[in-house]
Amino acid sequence: MQIKILVFGQLTDIFNSREIRLGVPADTNNLQAELHTLYPELADKKYLIAVDKQTISSNTTLTEGCTVALLPPLSGG
Amino acid sequence: MINNNLYDRYQRQVILKGFGEQGQQKLMQAKVLVIGAGGLGCPALQYLAAAGVGTIGIADDDTVSLSNLHRQVLFGSEDIRLLKVDVAASKLQLSNPEVNIHSYPVRLQNTNALKIIAEYDIVIDGTDNFASRYMINDACVLLGKPLIYAAVSQYEGQLAIFNVDTDHGRSVNYRDLFPEPPANNEILNCVEAGVLGVLPGVIGTMQAAEAIKLITGIGKPSINQLLTYNILSHEIYTVNLLALDAGSQTAPKDEAAFMAMNYPEFCHNEKDVISEIDAEAFHLLRRKPSAIVIDVREHGELPLITTIENVQMPLSSFQEHIPGITQQTIILFCQHGIRSLHAAEMLHDTFGNSKDIYSLKGGVVKWLDELGVPSIRQNRSFIQ
Repeated sequence: MQIKILVFGQLTDIFNSREIRLGVPADTNNLQAELHTLYPELADKKYLIAVDKQTISSNTTLTEGCTVALLPPLSGG
Repeated sequence: MINNNLYDRYQRQVILKGFGEQGQQKLMQAKVLVIGAGGLGCPALQYLAAAGVGTIGIADDDTVSLSNLHRQVLFGSEDIRLLKVDVAASKLQLSNPEVNIHSYPVRLQNTNALKIIAEYDIVIDGTDNFASRYMINDACVLLGKPLIYAAVSQYEGQLAIFNVDTDHGRSVNYRDLFPEPPANNEILNCVEAGVLGVLPGVIGTMQAAEAIKLITGIGKPSINQLLTYNILSHEIYTVNLLALDAGSQTAPKDEAAFMAMNYPEFCHNEKDVISEIDAEAFHLLRRKPSAIVIDVREHGELPLITTIENVQMPLSSFQEHIPGITQQTIILFCQHGIRSLHAAEMLHDTFGNSKDIYSLKGGVVKWLDELGVPSIRQNRSFIQ
């Protein structure tokens, strides 16, 4: 019973990985709370959350096997 | 109909199914503005010009430097210190004399962006900072211009098309991804984080491809989708984007609100908006007819400054004085330049960028030291 979390940009420095797996949190709010505990540095970062390749407009239920992507803004040109 | 010479030039794309002479005609009538002639802008410009986009605008106020050359392959060593827009315009014109190139050797800001962007059908964002990205996004939303966004860092690039109407409600823009900009230094730019030279080449070329697809109507441009490309793995991750209420809440509602925005401040670049000045600039600025010089030290602090006209508004009660300041140019000083900087930030919170605000760097102590005033040094013991 897991979900996959894909990490992009400089957030990979916080996770030390581009992909981690977690037990299924109830929803995206719970996921964020759990991640902010596991990775305190993440708490004050801006990033976009996508669940199964779709950005979310509010707290979203998570189910087994879903993929959550954390995408920070990039500025370079 | 296209004349023979033009047909020869574009023959390989004109024979494409779905493209044809009609596609070429659409390109020749199109106007595309590329903002930032850097890692992203250069390849985008090269392919847009080669493809025969009729009118191409280039906006950039920077000059070519040595550290640009590993990724900005439009430029060569001989171009160092020359204006990017000048070098780019002449090289693109050589590449394709049939296209019209317009150069804007300026930094696009909210004060000049609307006028320039209004002249074009499509905007390509190839800038390298958040203040410009939010400003360009907001301008395109206000003017209803499609925006082809891209950004790169290290081994990864993002690409998306904003502001193109679809059948599914409001078009998505940058603020739907990131309603609020990241904190200062939260995201490192290419100077700090590095970037593989070929990466913006790939992503900037994708921007040109998306522009060509939008103009000619071929394929499925990346509208309301954020594409992330990793050059180490060649993986592309595509996310469908939703329009968010939070996004529209932080955006300026109309042109007046847009013009009043302070983008560097919004993006936490306080250093960009508060000018710390030296003694020389201090004396030049204080002579302006609309200037006021304010001492923000507390009453009784020494040395007293009597040689120049100034008013005292101690930092402890500074907030109360702010509404009474009507002058356009405000010059602040204190003992060491720290409290005056704090007062400058308070003024910015009130006035935004509507007034010119300066803080004397190093304060009275540095200023008088430079003048070599011995009697003042003796007074140091009275200085907190």
